[in-house]
Amino acid sequence: MSLDFNKLDNFQIDVLKEIGNIGAGNAATALAKMLRRKVDMDVPKVKVLKFQEVSEILGEADIPVVGLLLRVMGDIKGSIMFILENEAARIWVNILMGKPQTEKKGYLNFDEIEVSALKEIANILSGSYLSALSSLTGLNILPSVPELAIDMAGAILSVPAIEFGKLGDSVLYIETEYLEGDTRVVGDFFLVPDFDSYDVLLKALGVIN
Amino acid sequence: MENIVKVGMADLKALCHPAVLTTLGLGSCVGIALIDMRTKVIGLAHAMLPDSSQINNKSNNAKFVDTAVDALIIEMERLGAVKSGIVAKIAGGAQMFSFSQASDLMRIGYRNVIAAKDKLRQLGIPLVAEDTGGSYGRTIELDSATGILLVKTIGHGIKRI
Repeated sequence: MSLDFNKLDNFQIDVLKEIGNIGAGNAATALAKMLRRKVDMDVPKVKVLKFQEVSEILGEADIPVVGLLLRVMGDIKGSIMFILENEAARIWVNILMGKPQTEKKGYLNFDEIEVSALKEIANILSGSYLSALSSLTGLNILPSVPELAIDMAGAILSVPAIEFGKLGDSVLYIETEYLEGDTRVVGDFFLVPDFDSYDVLLKALGVIN
Repeated sequence: MENIVKVGMADLKALCHPAVLTTLGLGSCVGIALIDMRTKVIGLAHAMLPDSSQINNKSNNAKFVDTAVDALIIEMERLGAVKSGIVAKIAGGAQMFSFSQASDLMRIGYRNVIAAKDKLRQLGIPLVAEDTGGSYGRTIELDSATGILLVKTIGHGIKRI
């Protein structure tokens, strides 16, 4: 059976939303520990979009964004992508490195240490997200080391979109909003199981037979 | 004044002169621009996957390189283009992330470019210019007045091919 996201019923959407919620909650806790600050989050939004709309998730398709991609191995195979607007990435880096938020040098200029900081954030967020998914499903799920790319939103998003393209004509993603003090940061999560792994995942969750 | 029309991901469009067709943020997808300079009918497809025969769900022609080229030519002929006069330019097919272990996901850009070239050769459509590969995104604009394909990038310059 191949999955058509347009035909998901409310129950299935709720399950996916709940995974997003638990995963993002775990991620917020992990971030709070790392930053030694209080990090809040809003209830994540699970969205299903047509390809034609995908590249406009973050505004125009040619605005620069930071994309972090991890391969997922174990009982399910696939990838996880975390996308941050450039400004949001700058905010995270500043928080993590104890710099004032006024530090806003050219958005595209992250030095080597700042790139490592962003990768570390991707590690923590995806790690806690996947461990939530793992304990929920009983599946063994392991993330790889993240790869980072800063480029046009459309170009970065084409990577998960192409994988979804093998399944159907739409993309499923989870939008999460984190709050640290007065600072609001939006991040988009794409969990992209390889072709055969969606069934494994949904079966383990008891959503399909 | 100019008639600029956007082509989304897994989408294709054909237009008569005067017109500009654009697609923003091409990554591993491939942009296939077809031009008939005699009638000045232009077409642009933004295809995601190389081959429709490997996938079950084929409801969208524009998603696959092979079916997108066929569909685009039909659209252009409907606007008066003559197939024997059509030439092609392609852009995109980048590898956005570099992973040490090569997987299908990683090589998809390269495969899209190869598929586009194979399809064009099969139809006898000359490929007159390309800007493909690399590890960066591209925004392209096809102008019916000149047939020039403008390729814009972030940090990798601008090209006119």
